[in-house]
Amino acid sequence: MSFYEWLLALHVLAAFSLVAALVLYSFVIAAGWNLVVPSDVSRMFRLSRVGDVAIAVGAIGTLVFGIWLAIDSDDYQVWDGWVIAALVLWALSMETGRRTGAVYNGVRDRARALVAEDRDSPQPELNAMLRSSTGLALHAATVVLIVALLVVMIYKPGA
Amino acid sequence: MSVLAAIRPDDWNFPLLVHVLGATLLVGGLLTAVVALFLGWRRQRNADAVVFGRVAFRSLLFVAFPAWWIMRIGAEWIYSREGWDDVDSEPDWLGIGYITSELGGLLLLVSIILAGLGARRLARTGGEASTLLRVATVLVAIALVAYVVAVWAMAGKPG
Repeated sequence: MSFYEWLLALHVLAAFSLVAALVLYSFVIAAGWNLVVPSDVSRMFRLSRVGDVAIAVGAIGTLVFGIWLAIDSDDYQVWDGWVIAALVLWALSMETGRRTGAVYNGVRDRARALVAEDRDSPQPELNAMLRSSTGLALHAATVVLIVALLVVMIYKPGA
Repeated sequence: MSVLAAIRPDDWNFPLLVHVLGATLLVGGLLTAVVALFLGWRRQRNADAVVFGRVAFRSLLFVAFPAWWIMRIGAEWIYSREGWDDVDSEPDWLGIGYITSELGGLLLLVSIILAGLGARRLARTGGEASTLLRVATVLVAIALVAYVVAVWAMAGKPG
Protein backbone atom coordinates (compact mmCIF):
# COMPACT_ATOMS: atom_id res chain seq x y z
CA MET A 1 0.00 0.00 0.00
CA SER A 2 1.25 3.46 -0.88
CA PHE A 3 1.41 6.34 1.59
CA TYR A 4 -1.67 7.86 -0.04
CA GLU A 5 -3.61 4.60 0.35
CA TRP A 6 -2.67 4.42 4.05
CA LEU A 7 -3.89 7.99 4.52
CA LEU A 8 -7.13 7.16 2.71
CA ALA A 9 -7.65 4.00 4.80
CA LEU A 10 -7.09 5.94 8.05
CA HIS A 11 -9.39 8.75 6.86
CA VAL A 12 -12.17 6.27 6.06
CA LEU A 13 -11.67 4.37 9.35
CA ALA A 14 -11.99 7.69 11.20
CA ALA A 15 -15.22 8.41 9.29
CA PHE A 16 -16.57 5.02 10.38
CA SER A 17 -15.66 5.83 13.96
CA LEU A 18 -17.58 9.12 13.69
CA VAL A 19 -20.74 7.50 12.29
CA ALA A 20 -20.51 4.56 14.74
CA ALA A 21 -20.49 7.07 17.61
CA LEU A 22 -23.58 8.79 16.18
CA VAL A 23 -25.39 5.43 15.96
CA LEU A 24 -24.44 4.72 19.59
CA TYR A 25 -25.66 8.14 20.76
CA SER A 26 -28.90 7.68 18.80
CA PHE A 27 -29.42 4.39 20.59
CA VAL A 28 -28.79 5.97 24.00
CA ILE A 29 -31.35 8.71 23.22
CA ALA A 30 -33.92 6.18 21.95
CA ALA A 31 -33.35 3.74 24.83
CA GLY A 32 -33.58 6.52 27.39
CA TRP A 33 -36.76 8.03 25.94
CA ASN A 34 -39.16 6.44 28.45
CA LEU A 35 -36.84 6.33 31.47
CA VAL A 36 -37.86 8.24 34.60
CA VAL A 37 -35.75 6.65 37.37
CA PRO A 38 -32.37 8.40 37.84
CA SER A 39 -30.35 5.18 38.24
CA ASP A 40 -31.86 3.85 34.98
CA VAL A 41 -30.92 7.06 33.17
CA SER A 42 -27.44 7.06 34.66
CA ARG A 43 -26.98 3.42 33.64
CA MET A 44 -27.96 4.14 30.04
CA PHE A 45 -25.38 6.91 29.81
CA ARG A 46 -22.61 4.40 30.62
CA LEU A 47 -22.99 3.32 27.01
CA SER A 48 -22.07 6.77 25.74
CA ARG A 49 -18.53 6.72 27.22
CA VAL A 50 -17.26 4.66 24.30
CA GLY A 51 -19.13 7.02 21.96
CA ASP A 52 -17.18 9.94 23.44
CA VAL A 53 -13.90 8.24 22.52
CA ALA A 54 -15.16 7.19 19.06
CA ILE A 55 -16.43 10.68 18.23
CA ALA A 56 -13.12 12.27 19.26
CA VAL A 57 -11.09 9.78 17.19
CA GLY A 58 -13.49 10.19 14.26
CA ALA A 59 -13.61 13.99 14.36
CA ILE A 60 -9.85 14.51 14.63
CA GLY A 61 -9.03 11.63 12.24
CA THR A 62 -11.36 12.73 9.45
CA LEU A 63 -10.07 16.31 9.59
CA VAL A 64 -6.33 15.60 9.90
CA PHE A 65 -6.19 12.71 7.40
CA GLY A 66 -8.64 14.48 5.08
CA ILE A 67 -6.52 17.63 4.84
CA TRP A 68 -3.36 15.53 4.60
CA LEU A 69 -4.94 13.60 1.69
CA ALA A 70 -5.82 16.81 -0.14
CA ILE A 71 -2.26 18.10 0.31
CA ASP A 72 -0.67 14.76 -0.68
CA SER A 73 -2.84 14.15 -3.76
CA ASP A 74 -2.19 15.75 -7.13
CA ASP A 75 -5.87 15.29 -8.02
CA TYR A 76 -7.31 17.39 -5.20
CA GLN A 77 -6.47 20.67 -3.50
CA VAL A 78 -7.57 21.91 -0.09
CA TRP A 79 -9.23 24.89 -1.78
CA ASP A 80 -11.35 22.75 -4.15
CA GLY A 81 -15.04 23.59 -3.77
CA TRP A 82 -16.09 20.15 -2.55
CA VAL A 83 -13.24 20.02 -0.02
CA ILE A 84 -14.25 23.42 1.35
CA ALA A 85 -17.92 22.27 1.45
CA ALA A 86 -16.80 19.18 3.38
CA LEU A 87 -14.81 21.30 5.84
CA VAL A 88 -17.81 23.60 6.39
CA LEU A 89 -20.10 20.59 6.96
CA TRP A 90 -17.52 19.08 9.33
CA ALA A 91 -17.31 22.33 11.34
CA LEU A 92 -21.10 22.70 11.50
CA SER A 93 -21.57 19.08 12.58
CA MET A 94 -18.95 19.50 15.30
CA GLU A 95 -20.78 22.55 16.64
CA THR A 96 -24.22 20.90 16.62
CA GLY A 97 -22.61 17.79 18.13
CA ARG A 98 -20.99 19.86 20.88
CA ARG A 99 -24.33 21.50 21.71
CA THR A 100 -26.08 18.12 21.69
CA GLY A 101 -23.45 16.82 24.09
CA ALA A 102 -24.03 19.77 26.41
CA VAL A 103 -27.79 19.02 26.55
CA TYR A 104 -27.43 15.28 27.23
CA ASN A 105 -24.43 15.63 29.55
CA GLY A 106 -26.69 17.90 31.63
CA VAL A 107 -29.27 15.10 31.84
CA ARG A 108 -26.59 12.56 32.77
CA ASP A 109 -25.13 14.83 35.47
CA ARG A 110 -28.58 15.55 36.90
CA ALA A 111 -29.37 11.80 37.03
CA ARG A 112 -26.08 11.10 38.82
CA ALA A 113 -26.71 13.93 41.28
CA LEU A 114 -30.18 12.56 42.10
CA VAL A 115 -28.73 9.07 42.67
CA ALA A 116 -26.02 10.57 44.91
CA GLU A 117 -28.71 12.44 46.91
CA ASP A 118 -30.53 9.11 47.37
CA ARG A 119 -33.54 10.38 45.40
CA ASP A 120 -33.71 7.37 43.10
CA SER A 121 -37.46 7.52 42.56
CA PRO A 122 -39.32 8.40 39.32
CA GLN A 123 -38.49 12.00 38.37
CA PRO A 124 -40.72 13.50 35.66
CA GLU A 125 -38.31 16.45 35.47
CA LEU A 126 -35.52 14.10 34.38
CA ASN A 127 -37.69 12.52 31.71
CA ALA A 128 -38.63 15.97 30.43
CA MET A 129 -34.91 16.76 30.10
CA LEU A 130 -34.37 13.47 28.24
CA ARG A 131 -37.21 14.27 25.85
CA SER A 132 -35.92 17.77 25.23
CA SER A 133 -36.84 18.85 21.72
CA THR A 134 -33.68 20.99 21.63
CA GLY A 135 -31.44 17.99 22.26
CA LEU A 136 -33.29 15.87 19.74
CA ALA A 137 -33.27 18.60 17.08
CA LEU A 138 -29.55 19.21 17.58
CA HIS A 139 -28.79 15.48 17.36
CA ALA A 140 -30.93 15.17 14.20
CA ALA A 141 -29.09 18.16 12.70
CA THR A 142 -25.74 16.50 13.46
CA VAL A 143 -26.87 13.27 11.77
CA VAL A 144 -28.11 15.18 8.69
CA LEU A 145 -24.84 17.14 8.46
CA ILE A 146 -22.72 13.96 8.73
CA VAL A 147 -24.81 12.22 6.04
CA ALA A 148 -24.42 15.33 3.84
CA LEU A 149 -20.67 15.17 4.49
CA LEU A 150 -20.65 11.53 3.37
CA VAL A 151 -22.56 12.47 0.20
CA VAL A 152 -20.06 15.24 -0.59
CA MET A 153 -17.12 12.88 0.02
CA ILE A 154 -18.51 10.29 -2.40
CA TYR A 155 -19.94 12.54 -5.12
CA LYS A 156 -17.11 15.12 -4.94
CA PRO A 157 -19.21 17.75 -6.74
CA GLY A 158 -17.12 19.87 -9.08
CA ALA A 159 -14.07 17.55 -8.94
CA MET B 1 -6.35 4.10 -7.15
CA SER B 2 -6.54 7.79 -6.23
CA VAL B 3 -6.75 8.62 -9.93
CA LEU B 4 -9.48 6.01 -10.33
CA ALA B 5 -11.36 7.58 -7.42
CA ALA B 6 -10.99 11.01 -8.96
CA ILE B 7 -12.40 9.92 -12.32
CA ARG B 8 -15.06 7.55 -10.94
CA PRO B 9 -18.09 7.68 -13.26
CA ASP B 10 -21.08 9.50 -11.76
CA ASP B 11 -23.35 6.47 -11.99
CA TRP B 12 -21.10 4.57 -9.55
CA ASN B 13 -21.68 7.13 -6.82
CA PHE B 14 -25.15 6.17 -5.62
CA PRO B 15 -24.44 2.41 -5.29
CA LEU B 16 -21.21 3.32 -3.47
CA LEU B 17 -23.13 5.66 -1.15
CA VAL B 18 -25.63 2.88 -0.35
CA HIS B 19 -22.77 0.46 0.33
CA VAL B 20 -20.82 2.89 2.55
CA LEU B 21 -23.91 4.09 4.41
CA GLY B 22 -24.93 0.49 5.15
CA ALA B 23 -21.41 -0.38 6.26
CA THR B 24 -21.14 2.62 8.61
CA LEU B 25 -24.52 1.81 10.19
CA LEU B 26 -23.48 -1.84 10.53
CA VAL B 27 -20.28 -0.90 12.37
CA GLY B 28 -22.28 1.51 14.55
CA GLY B 29 -24.85 -1.17 15.41
CA LEU B 30 -22.13 -3.68 16.24
CA LEU B 31 -20.23 -1.13 18.34
CA THR B 32 -23.36 -0.29 20.34
CA ALA B 33 -24.09 -3.99 20.86
CA VAL B 34 -20.56 -4.93 21.90
CA VAL B 35 -20.36 -2.04 24.39
CA ALA B 36 -23.73 -3.01 25.90
CA LEU B 37 -22.74 -6.69 26.06
CA PHE B 38 -19.41 -5.90 27.76
CA LEU B 39 -21.17 -3.62 30.27
CA GLY B 40 -23.72 -6.39 30.94
CA TRP B 41 -20.91 -8.92 31.39
CA ARG B 42 -19.24 -6.79 34.06
CA ARG B 43 -22.39 -5.91 36.01
CA GLN B 44 -23.22 -7.75 39.20
CA ARG B 45 -26.69 -6.27 39.50
CA ASN B 46 -29.30 -8.22 37.58
CA ALA B 47 -31.19 -5.10 36.48
CA ASP B 48 -28.07 -3.76 34.74
CA ALA B 49 -27.31 -7.02 32.97
CA VAL B 50 -30.94 -7.37 31.79
CA VAL B 51 -31.08 -3.82 30.41
CA PHE B 52 -27.71 -4.04 28.67
CA GLY B 53 -28.58 -7.46 27.22
CA ARG B 54 -31.81 -6.04 25.83
CA VAL B 55 -30.05 -2.98 24.38
CA ALA B 56 -27.49 -5.24 22.68
CA PHE B 57 -30.17 -7.46 21.19
CA ARG B 58 -32.16 -4.49 19.86
CA SER B 59 -29.07 -2.86 18.45
CA LEU B 60 -28.17 -6.05 16.58
CA LEU B 61 -31.70 -6.72 15.35
CA PHE B 62 -32.89 -3.22 14.48
CA VAL B 63 -29.63 -1.53 13.40
CA ALA B 64 -26.92 -4.04 12.50
CA PHE B 65 -29.12 -6.58 10.70
CA PRO B 66 -30.90 -4.16 8.31
CA ALA B 67 -27.59 -2.32 7.84
CA TRP B 68 -25.89 -5.58 6.81
CA TRP B 69 -28.47 -5.96 4.02
CA ILE B 70 -28.06 -2.34 2.89
CA MET B 71 -24.26 -2.81 2.85
CA ARG B 72 -24.55 -6.12 0.99
CA ILE B 73 -27.04 -4.87 -1.63
CA GLY B 74 -24.86 -1.79 -2.19
CA ALA B 75 -21.81 -4.06 -2.52
CA GLU B 76 -23.40 -6.21 -5.24
CA TRP B 77 -24.67 -3.12 -7.01
CA ILE B 78 -21.28 -1.37 -7.14
CA TYR B 79 -19.58 -4.71 -7.95
CA SER B 80 -21.67 -5.09 -11.08
CA ARG B 81 -21.37 -1.38 -12.02
CA GLU B 82 -17.58 -1.53 -11.77
CA GLY B 83 -17.60 -4.62 -14.01
CA TRP B 84 -15.86 -7.02 -11.63
CA ASP B 85 -18.09 -9.82 -13.01
CA ASP B 86 -15.94 -9.84 -16.14
CA VAL B 87 -12.59 -10.00 -14.36
CA ASP B 88 -10.98 -13.43 -13.91
CA SER B 89 -8.66 -12.64 -11.00
CA GLU B 90 -10.19 -10.35 -8.38
CA PRO B 91 -7.89 -8.12 -6.29
CA ASP B 92 -7.13 -9.06 -2.67
CA TRP B 93 -9.17 -6.22 -1.17
CA LEU B 94 -12.30 -7.45 -2.91
CA GLY B 95 -11.71 -10.97 -1.58
CA ILE B 96 -11.23 -9.62 1.95
CA GLY B 97 -14.46 -7.65 1.60
CA TYR B 98 -16.42 -10.67 0.44
CA ILE B 99 -15.09 -13.05 3.10
CA THR B 100 -15.64 -10.63 5.98
CA SER B 101 -19.07 -9.62 4.79
CA GLU B 102 -20.29 -13.22 4.47
CA LEU B 103 -18.67 -14.59 7.64
CA GLY B 104 -19.55 -11.43 9.55
CA GLY B 105 -23.16 -11.82 8.40
CA LEU B 106 -23.21 -15.37 9.74
CA LEU B 107 -21.70 -14.26 13.06
CA LEU B 108 -24.27 -11.46 13.21
CA LEU B 109 -27.16 -13.84 12.67
CA VAL B 110 -25.95 -16.26 15.35
CA SER B 111 -25.29 -13.33 17.72
CA ILE B 112 -28.83 -11.99 17.28
CA ILE B 113 -30.30 -15.37 18.18
CA LEU B 114 -27.97 -15.84 21.17
CA ALA B 115 -28.46 -12.28 22.44
CA GLY B 116 -32.25 -12.55 22.10
CA LEU B 117 -32.42 -15.87 23.92
CA GLY B 118 -29.83 -14.76 26.48
CA ALA B 119 -31.60 -11.48 27.30
CA ARG B 120 -34.93 -13.29 27.64
CA ARG B 121 -33.48 -15.99 29.88
CA LEU B 122 -31.68 -13.41 32.00
CA ALA B 123 -34.92 -11.51 32.58
CA ARG B 124 -36.69 -14.73 33.60
CA THR B 125 -34.04 -16.27 35.84
CA GLY B 126 -33.35 -13.04 37.71
CA GLY B 127 -29.62 -12.62 37.97
CA GLU B 128 -27.96 -15.76 36.72
CA ALA B 129 -25.08 -14.93 34.42
CA SER B 130 -26.07 -15.70 30.86
CA THR B 131 -23.61 -17.88 28.95
CA LEU B 132 -25.56 -17.17 25.77
CA LEU B 133 -24.96 -13.43 26.14
CA ARG B 134 -21.26 -14.02 26.83
CA VAL B 135 -20.89 -16.13 23.71
CA ALA B 136 -22.74 -13.40 21.78
CA THR B 137 -20.28 -10.83 23.21
CA VAL B 138 -17.32 -12.74 21.79
CA LEU B 139 -19.00 -13.28 18.40
CA VAL B 140 -20.02 -9.63 18.03
CA ALA B 141 -16.52 -8.50 19.03
CA ILE B 142 -15.00 -10.81 16.37
CA ALA B 143 -17.47 -9.52 13.75
CA LEU B 144 -16.65 -5.90 14.65
CA VAL B 145 -12.90 -6.47 14.36
CA ALA B 146 -13.42 -8.30 11.03
CA TYR B 147 -15.44 -5.38 9.67
CA VAL B 148 -12.81 -2.86 10.78
CA VAL B 149 -10.24 -4.91 8.83
CA ALA B 150 -12.66 -4.95 5.87
CA VAL B 151 -13.04 -1.16 6.02
CA TRP B 152 -9.24 -0.80 6.00
CA ALA B 153 -9.01 -3.21 3.03
CA MET B 154 -11.82 -1.62 1.03
CA ALA B 155 -10.44 1.91 1.58
CA GLY B 156 -6.70 1.21 1.23
CA LYS B 157 -7.15 -1.51 -1.42
CA PRO B 158 -4.02 -3.59 -0.69
CA GLY B 159 -2.88 -5.73 -3.62
